[in-house]
Amino acid sequence: MVDIIDVLLTHGPALIIAVPLFGAFLTPLISRLNDKARNVFVIAVMGLTEFIVLLLAYDIFTTNGVHTYTFGSKQPLLTLPSGYLVPVRIIFEIDGLSIFMGIIAVTLALVASIYSWSFMRKEDGLDKYYTLLLLLTTGMLGMVSTGDMFNFFVFLEITSIASAALVAFRVNKGESQEAAFKYIVLSSIGALFVLFAVAILYGQYDALNIATLANRIRYTFLDKVALVLLVASLGMKAGIVPMHMWLPDAYGEAPASVTIAIVAATQASLYALIRMCFTLYGGITSVATIGWILIILAMASIFIGVTMALLQSDFKRMIAYAAVAEIGYMVLGIGVGLALLFSRTPYSVKAIQGGIFHIINDALDVGLLFLVAGAVFYATKERLLDRLGGLARNMRYSTIFFIIGALAVAGMPPMNGFASKLLIYESTYQVSPILAVVAILASILLLAVMVKIFHSAFMGPPLVKAADVPKTMLIAMAILAALIIFFGLFPNIVVENMVKPAADALINQATYISQVLGGV
Amino acid sequence: MFTLETGSGFWNPIIWIGVIFIALLIAYVIRGFGRRDYKRDTEQTKPFLSGNVEPDKELVHLRAKNLYWGFKETLKGYYEILRKIHNGMVSDYVLWFVIIMCILFIVMGVL
Repeated sequence: MVDIIDVLLTHGPALIIAVPLFGAFLTPLISRLNDKARNVFVIAVMGLTEFIVLLLAYDIFTTNGVHTYTFGSKQPLLTLPSGYLVPVRIIFEIDGLSIFMGIIAVTLALVASIYSWSFMRKEDGLDKYYTLLLLLTTGMLGMVSTGDMFNFFVFLEITSIASAALVAFRVNKGESQEAAFKYIVLSSIGALFVLFAVAILYGQYDALNIATLANRIRYTFLDKVALVLLVASLGMKAGIVPMHMWLPDAYGEAPASVTIAIVAATQASLYALIRMCFTLYGGITSVATIGWILIILAMASIFIGVTMALLQSDFKRMIAYAAVAEIGYMVLGIGVGLALLFSRTPYSVKAIQGGIFHIINDALDVGLLFLVAGAVFYATKERLLDRLGGLARNMRYSTIFFIIGALAVAGMPPMNGFASKLLIYESTYQVSPILAVVAILASILLLAVMVKIFHSAFMGPPLVKAADVPKTMLIAMAILAALIIFFGLFPNIVVENMVKPAADALINQATYISQVLGGV
Repeated sequence: MFTLETGSGFWNPIIWIGVIFIALLIAYVIRGFGRRDYKRDTEQTKPFLSGNVEPDKELVHLRAKNLYWGFKETLKGYYEILRKIHNGMVSDYVLWFVIIMCILFIVMGVL
């Protein structure tokens, strides 16, 4: 048993990619047996991936180390064999932040696959759907695990293509095709600029490994160009205002099970943005300027996201705009931390912790709300709030899940969203009280958005016939609701055991470089 | 275990739940001092709507588009700008990306 765990830990970085990837290729074959076998297989693959990710997470969080894996090498743990000046193979570098994001990605993907069992039952082409879902999971896990810039671009493309195809999955709907088209156009442009930045860095330093580049970077004129290209491209992929406009279209038109997977993909892009700023350029003092720009864009995201949400009457688009505001909160925390990175004040570290904690809270809260929106659509075939009403009478479980998700997104105590927002408010207040006040007011407006949905769809006389959704959909929502409550009641456990190691991994650039290049 | 240090203070959800529970208990006790001689389902318990008859609750539902009307009306000018920006044109989406990239180039001293 110990041997198996040792093998899983040693080859874990490769397995978290290999398992969903092979699962994706096998899915169409197993689909030929019957639908039930395929669904069980996909959930099992996701479950196995989750297990390996959690195993790696336990090891990384307890040791505060970096798990490296050199592909194609006889000694996969050795990143820099003797005689080599730079790592020449593709290396996965999984530290606290990488595995933190990996947990989010695979958990949402697992929940999406459970939810899909009933939610997508009546759709055609489900072998392709599940294959794409597994490929998307592979792409996300690759994005957060790789330590190679070009390899990162490849996983970014896999994620983008799989996401766009899933957004367009309901081929009979024109809006889905339009949203997918917009998504793939913007993703491709963003990815091309990322590739351009990678080429600039490779041309200068003869290396693609992030740790090597971080060690060698001199902040030349071309490095500045590469930094701007990376920040702008990954910021767009992360849905930061004013580059967010693809997001409500894609989130709104994709099936709910796909939307929560795309939420994780968006967060993987945000991870990449953070990684580039803190690790690749973390030794350059000028990167603090990016922090101030992120603070401004975060405030715009929060305010525009929440006010646009208030205007919507489509259930999913409302939540999508609320998600834009939530992205703003994460970026605000990270931005404050980056702007004050070199001052190392206690509140700059708290800001980073708040931002990172909010990433997982947002994934759970917004994810749950999208699943409830999907459940409402499944039960009523309606998305417009004007046509909904009285759902609480017949969809009791879904209503309870909505209340949990809504309170969490609005940052109401004692939910998880409150704990992370409190960390962000307090640290932002130290930078400027006005920023903190606007962020708090926007959170109150988020509550108003949730009240609008709750009143329109769940309260009042029943305007549409509805019954609660099948058990697998309820189980998927219950998993997220349970995590929200746990994270809300025990925020310190989450912060101490998951968030702090992730934040420490981000802040300590020198440790990252030495652990990777030292061949730990 | 339950207390999260936030830098300037702390957050303990268990204490918060305890305080809310005590507040609800106090509210319940105060409610107990209220008059018990009112008559249920009579004019005494109906809302006063300027003399109008109260419509059946099953027939009344404020639709989503009517909610926060005053807020939206007050911010009409702001929302007009936002509507123009969110026009659904993918070329304009790309334009915003280019604008942000240009701003970053200027701020970072590339241009």
